[in-house]
Amino acid sequence: MSRRVRLWLVAVGGGALAALLVAACLDLPAFGGARHPYGDRAVREALARHTANTVASVNFDQRAFDTLGEMTILFAAVLGCVVLLRQTRDEHRARPEPEPVALPVRRYALVVLPVALLTGLYVVAHGQLSPGGGFQGGVVAATSLHLLYLGADYRALERIRPVGLYEVGDALAVSAYLVTGIAGLIGGSAFLANTLLPYGTFNTLSSGGTVPLLNAAIGMEVACAVVVLLARFLDQAVEIEEEGK
Amino acid sequence: MGVLPYLVAAWIFLAGCYGLATSRNLIHAVGCLSVCQSATYVLLLAVGYRDDATAPVFSDVKPGSRPVVDPVVQALTLTDVVVGATVTALLLALVVQVSKRHGTVDPDELSELRG
Repeated sequence: MSRRVRLWLVAVGGGALAALLVAACLDLPAFGGARHPYGDRAVREALARHTANTVASVNFDQRAFDTLGEMTILFAAVLGCVVLLRQTRDEHRARPEPEPVALPVRRYALVVLPVALLTGLYVVAHGQLSPGGGFQGGVVAATSLHLLYLGADYRALERIRPVGLYEVGDALAVSAYLVTGIAGLIGGSAFLANTLLPYGTFNTLSSGGTVPLLNAAIGMEVACAVVVLLARFLDQAVEIEEEGK
Repeated sequence: MGVLPYLVAAWIFLAGCYGLATSRNLIHAVGCLSVCQSATYVLLLAVGYRDDATAPVFSDVKPGSRPVVDPVVQALTLTDVVVGATVTALLLALVVQVSKRHGTVDPDELSELRG
């Protein structure tokens, strides 16, 4: 198919789709309306279970089973990347050479690293109370480690980041989520039902029943997954070279 | 104002589709797919918005004192972001392999099969 024909096809198809989308938009409830039946019920349930952050309650309590699926997608994607970006037979590993780093960059990276790591862990720990949670905090914590790559060099990063350990951590976190779910089953109610633990005092770290546990498991999984993913991409960029180069 | 956010979402989606169809670089195409996906974030958050409402987090807001936006679509958006990030990572890994095996990242040059 030539580029001209393709452009025409995109123009016709896109125009028709645009018309349908606009017609659909005009039929939607008005923006900012007061009627949100699901939202109201979710808020009521979250407050009944002493979870201050309603979004965390939706993710780890009311829709905990969907989050299990989401976590499985993440796990499968990491597995796929590890397989796709492995070292093949016609490639070898080159020893990365240390590169000079500008002094301000080095200082800034080394000062910000512990702050960023702590921020990530804080966001994970307070997922049931304040905006944030396992997904967001996990990404912050994982990327904070990579400040060492910017501030020092690749070998320094490799020393604090044994990838094998993070792969095990990823699998353990997924198992922890499943075990928490099965605990609900053994405790006499449904899989992943939040009925096992006391709901605690509203707006404290231990409130929300199993929400903090599932949140922590997700935080660990996301942090490990991001570390493993970035490690594989960095390996491709820094270490793995084709034979004969 | 009534439907503008929905139209913005549709426009972002179509812009992403146009980029996908005319892309000459697979990395650019992966970026365009992310643009398409970000249209769904805008749409979901627009659906959940309520006038004069605050975030559905009660650590510093007394429950019932103020209206809050719909937390269900916010949770869906979070799911959406995570799935989008994983899809991007997987596609970029594929692009790395395509570039290594075929020596090009232009989708038009990848049309013939090679055994």
